This record gives sequence, C-alpha cells and structure tokens, in this order.
Amino acid sequence: MADTLTTDAPLLSVEHVRKVYTTDGKAVEAVRDLTFELSRGEFACLVGPSGCGKTTLLKCIAGLLTPTSGQVMLDGKAVSGPPKKMAVVFQEYGRSLFPWMRVYENVEVPLKNARVPKAERERLVAEALDAVGLSHATRSYPWQLSGGMQQRVAIARAIAYQPEILLMDEPFAAVDAQTRADLEDLVREVWRRLGITVLFVTHDIDESVYLAQRVIMLSTSPTVIQKDLAIDLPDERDQLETRSMPRFIELRHEVYEQIQRAKRGAAAEETAVAAEH
Amino acid sequence: MKRVASTLLSTFALPVILIVIWFAATRQQTSAFVPEPVSLVKTFGEVWVGPAFTEQVVPSLIRLAAGLAGAIVVGIGLGLAVGYSRVLRDLLEPVLEFFRALPAPVLIPVLMLLIGIGDAMKITVIVIGCMWPILLNTVDGVRATDSVLTETARSFGFTGVSRFRYLILPAAMPRIMTGVRQALSIGIILVVISEMFAAVSGLGYQIVVFQRTFKIPEMWSGIVLLAIIGLVLALLFALVEKVVLRWYRGQREVENRGG
Amino acid sequence: MVGVSDTSTAERTRAARRTVQDGTVRPAAGAWRRRQRVVLGIAGGVGLLVVWEAIARLGVVDARYLPPPTEVAGEFVRQLASASFWTALALTLRTWILGLVIVTVAGVVLGFVIGLSPFLRRYTTSTIEFLRPIPSVALIPLAVLVFGVRVESALLLIVYACFWQMLIQMLYGVRDVDPVAVDTARTFGLGWFARLRYVVWPSALPYLLTGLRLSATIALVLAITAELVIGVPGLGTSITLAQNGARVTTVYALTVATGILGLIINLLMRAVESRVLAWHSSVRGEAIV
Repeated sequence: MADTLTTDAPLLSVEHVRKVYTTDGKAVEAVRDLTFELSRGEFACLVGPSGCGKTTLLKCIAGLLTPTSGQVMLDGKAVSGPPKKMAVVFQEYGRSLFPWMRVYENVEVPLKNARVPKAERERLVAEALDAVGLSHATRSYPWQLSGGMQQRVAIARAIAYQPEILLMDEPFAAVDAQTRADLEDLVREVWRRLGITVLFVTHDIDESVYLAQRVIMLSTSPTVIQKDLAIDLPDERDQLETRSMPRFIELRHEVYEQIQRAKRGAAAEETAVAAEH
Repeated sequence: MKRVASTLLSTFALPVILIVIWFAATRQQTSAFVPEPVSLVKTFGEVWVGPAFTEQVVPSLIRLAAGLAGAIVVGIGLGLAVGYSRVLRDLLEPVLEFFRALPAPVLIPVLMLLIGIGDAMKITVIVIGCMWPILLNTVDGVRATDSVLTETARSFGFTGVSRFRYLILPAAMPRIMTGVRQALSIGIILVVISEMFAAVSGLGYQIVVFQRTFKIPEMWSGIVLLAIIGLVLALLFALVEKVVLRWYRGQREVENRGG
Repeated sequence: MVGVSDTSTAERTRAARRTVQDGTVRPAAGAWRRRQRVVLGIAGGVGLLVVWEAIARLGVVDARYLPPPTEVAGEFVRQLASASFWTALALTLRTWILGLVIVTVAGVVLGFVIGLSPFLRRYTTSTIEFLRPIPSVALIPLAVLVFGVRVESALLLIVYACFWQMLIQMLYGVRDVDPVAVDTARTFGLGWFARLRYVVWPSALPYLLTGLRLSATIALVLAITAELVIGVPGLGTSITLAQNGARVTTVYALTVATGILGLIINLLMRAVESRVLAWHSSVRGEAIV
C-alpha cells in the first residue's frame, strides 16, 4: 500500500542546485536553481522539454556530477559521490548492463562488490529477478534479450541493491510502446511492494501523470522549476482505465500546458510568482 | 550429406592440387633447394622425432612462453595504469610511440651488450618486443570503456580495484586479446631470430646450423617444423580467444544482425 | 600482425564521437589541454633521458655497455654527417618500398580476383588460413641459400609476411561492398569494370589502407631482420658491423635512428590514411584481424 504519509524529514532534499559546464572556454548554465524535496516512499516524476537539464539534475542527485553550487541531501547527509542507499536505472539499457556477465551475475555483482554474504545475495537476486518476471532468464547474456527484458534486468539489479531511493533516467524512452506500458506497471508495482522512493525522469507527459503522485515540471535552460503538481488519481492505476479518466485528462492537459509555456520561455515569470502547488 | 561433401571438397581441393604439383615437379628434376615430399617426411621423422625435440624445440617454446607471459603481465599492468590516468598517458605517450615504432629485432644487439647472450637475453628481448601491442591495445581498451557502463559502475559503488576487476579489465579484453595475438606473432619471430643470431640451442639455432652445413633436407624439415609450430600456436590462441571472448562474439553478432 | 595496435584513425574518431554524444560534457580539446599534453609529453621524454644519463654516468651499469644519451646523441649527429649512414638508410628504404609495392599490387589484384568470385573464395580459404600463420622467419634459411645477401632475401620474407595481411584486408573490403549499390550500378548499365571502379574500389579503399599500414610496419621489421640476421645491406648490417667492431655508442645511435625511421613511417601511414579517407565520406570499418 502506498504510504504517502510523510515521516518527518524528507528523504531527498535538493537545495538551490546549480550546474554550469565550461566547454572550450564557454560557460553553459545547464541548471540554474532547482529546489525541491521528496518524502520517503513518494513517487515523483521530473518532466521537461528536451535539453532542460533533466539528466544533468539526475546525475547531480545521483552523485555522478558535482553541482556548481547548492547541494543535495539524502537522508540528512550531503551527497558527494554515489550514495549507498541509491540505485540508478539508465535509459541506455544496452550500454548499462555488463555484456560479459549473464543476467544473474549482472544483478548479483553490485551486491558482491558491497560484500553481501553469499546466502543473502542469492536470496536478494532471486527475489529481484522474480519481481521483474525474469527468473527463467538467469543464464542468458543481456544482449540475447529484447530491449524490454534488458531494462527489466537493470531494474532488478537496482532493486536487489536494496536502495531507499530509485532514480530512473528516461528508462523507457528507448523501448516500444507495448513494452513501455508493461514496464510502467512493473515500476509502480515494485514501488508499492517495496515501499521505496522513486524519482522518475521522463519527457513523456502521459507517462509522468500515469506513474506519479507528483509531477515536477522543469523549464527550459537555464532550468528552474516551472511547476510542482500533485497527482490526485487513485492509487490503483490501470493503463486503459486510468488513462481515460477525466481527471487524468485534466492533469495531463495541465502538464502539457506548462511544458508548452516552458518551451516558450515563460519560466522566469512563473518562478517569481509560484507558490509551491 | 551433399553439404558435407561440398565443404570437404572446397577445403581440400586446392591444397591437394598443390601437393600433387609439388610431387610431379620434384619427380621431373630434383633441385638442391626444393625437397622431395616423401624424403622430406622421412627426414622430418629422423630429425625431430626423438631427443632432438626435447633438446632443441622445447627450450625454444619455453623461452617463448616465458617471454610472452612477461609481456602480458607488463603490458596489461602498464596498459591499465596508462589507460586510466590521463596524466600518466600524457607523460609517457611520446616515449611509448617511439618504442612502438622501433622494430623489435633491433633490440637484440643492444640487449646483447647489456645482458649477454644467455636465456635471460632472449626472454628479455621477447618481453620488450612483445609488450607494445599488448600495452597499446590495453590502453585503447581502457579508454574505450563505455561511458554509460562507467557511470553505472560508479553509481553502484565500484571504486578503485573493484572497478578494474569488474569493469575496466573485462571491457578491455577484446582489445587486449588482439594485442596478445600480435604479440604472439612478434614473439615467434623474436625467439627464432634471437636463436639464429646468438645461441647454442634452440630451433632457430638448429636450422641455421643445418643451413650452414648444407644439410638441405634437414634444414627444410626444420622449416616445416617451424611452420607447424606457428600453425599450432595460432590455433591454440584462436581456441583461447574463443572461450575468453565468447560474450564479445555473441554481442557483435547480435549487433550486426541489427538486434 | 606485428607491432602496432589496430586502432585506425577511423576507429579512434568513432570512439571519440561516441563518448561525446551521451550528454556528458567533457572539458575536452581546449587549447589549454593541448598545451598541457605537449608539455607533459616533453617532460616525460626528458625525464627518461635524465634517468638514463644518471644511470650511465653513475656507473650503475658499466659505461662500456650503456653509454649516456649525451654521447649517443653526439654519435647520432656524427652519423647524420656520414655518407655511409645515408647509404645504409637508403638501402633499407629501398628494400622496404620494393616489398610494399609488390605486396600491394599482389594483394590488391588477388584480393579483387578472389574476393569477387565466391567460387575462388570458398576454394582458397583453407589454403590461406593454413599458410597465413606460418612465421616468415621460417624462410630465412631458404632465403640465405637461394639469394644470399641480395635484397631478394629480404623481399622474400617481407612479401611472404605482408601479402597475407593485404589479402585478408582486401577480401574483407570487397565483401563489405554494399550489394544494393552494386545492383543499382548494374541497373544503370555499368559494365564490370565501371562497377569495379565506382562501387567496389571506394568501398575497399579503407581496407586497403589498413592493410598498407599494417604491412608497412611488418615490412620494416622484416627488412631490419634480414639485415641483422642474413646480412642484406642496410641499417641492420651497419648495426652488426658496429657491434662486431665494439663501437657501442654507434650501435645505440643507429638503434635510435631505426626507431626514428619507424616513427616517421608510422606517422606517414597515419597521415596518408586520414587524408585519403577524409574525402572518402563514409568511413567504413576495418577488419580487425
């Protein structure tokens, strides 16, 4: 059961994160000022137009990049490198799985590296693979599997790692629509079953509304938060039914409009006026 | 059944024809330089099957193995370090380029001066001569590690030694194997030359002795043996590569099919 | 097969392109980084020379066997002023070029002939795979017997070793031709020669250059080998002469010269490859063999 009751302090706190790149002497401000919080057990989606720095932000949160200013706090501690309680699922599943390891080993290896004892490793791997429906494919190599299955392996690997927060960077963008629908439902199920916090980056508006309890919309570069929208759809979501609900269509409309505004660069005005949802 | 016959035919037709021509040609006139096939086989058996094998051939093979092992260890070790550290790479690149361009056999006179003409010299020649392709290919392999895979490894907390063990080294393996294959060819050349140049035992040495004493059939048998060894080593390597890089071939196949 | 890593300019460019595309902005080829690389490179080289000088001067290794780089440099300059050095160099180069020309012509011609005929391909594969791994040094005694110290000795070795490289690359090159392009050419009424010239040749060109690059290195190694072991005139023989005459500094100086020769050849090949392939818009792959 999705417990949206916030337990005291937020799990993830992004405070005035700013990221500037210097390429060939030119400074590019990918992210200007991003501040938001995620409570424990929350499922939030980050949406924005292309090039708005979603991936940069995600990498800053994941500890793979250091913000130019501002900070990211996970469970009260500042993030300075990839934190232990966090797992990431990347978009390019083909390049994210170790091609020289079979599915089982791929899921197992982060645990091996974290020196988890063998018996517990086996249990965690088996459970994770079972959760994504790949118990039968443990001996295959990733490149022998379809795109959707590869992404499932990546998800299994992430959840076997037992993170408190799961970051997903446009994980289903490179997958066909049918498979995407299955994977979306899978993520929601995993989220509900394990009670983890999920931060899901996507450019697909429908997906963001379908999946999340909360959609955080980003403006175009230089990026700030355009709007933070609560999704008050019922917890039980179904691809056909939920997507045809009037409230879904309203919310989707709202997000779409915001994104359009963002593209037109109305972000600056909005941040000045915006009260958090 | 027809397919098997067809494959057999295409595999053996040309070689058989060549052998027949060889037979026929040496029947007509025997040249001092071209051996007769039947007597060649006989001489081969006389010369190499027996103590000569252990006394001459095995030492050569041992030198080659030792040299290659050294080259692999040094090549991969240095290669990992140079590939990983940009500073180290910038520092050493010109020097590495020079030694890569230097034809390995030219090291023999220099090393003879420094170490003498014993086994140590031969093995050192092989190590120094063979490490370059391995080193450079390792560097290339390390540098070409997929960036998404690297970020994934980082996000799961692979740092330091574990990153080399689980990510960098396996990822570089295909390239490293290419380097090892090149090193094998160089190694064979170097062990033979170093023995022809300065030795008291070894296959290369034996062949030169035969040639200098005009024992032509024996010389040819030595050449044939050398050819066979080259072939066998190449085959062995191909087998090893097949096992070690099973994943890589599979992946390339899928990619090429457009999967 | 010998010496260099298989990274062609094309591959390196592709690798560089791929790493930049994924969105991670690297503070890449800025002018400052380039300067840093040059400075560090020079520092590295100088550092090693200093260590060498120290080892030699401090007598860690007997100075008779390891002269300091300053002395070697001096001898090197003296060599550059001597006619015998340039003669030897010219002889080595002549051997090298002759070998390459023969190998290129034979490799290209046979590559096309065999490559374009599925029948010939099938029937020659086993023979090629059998003869290829035979080390060319096995032929040294034969070369000595038949040709002695004439340049043909060296050519025998060079051609035997490099021919296979060239042939394999050409076979891959011909096989890599886009069948759609061939069919298109046919429908436009192009005869076999025109097809060869306009469709097959450009596609095979990168492979030819790879084969040439690999052969260039092997050819130099074998030319030097023939000079060292057999005594074919050239830089290698100069080295053995110096060695026999106990002129240690000369041995080192000539070794360095050989290294520089190899370096120049390497750079030359890379330059040729990038220039020729620059206007070859589709940079195809190479057969990593």
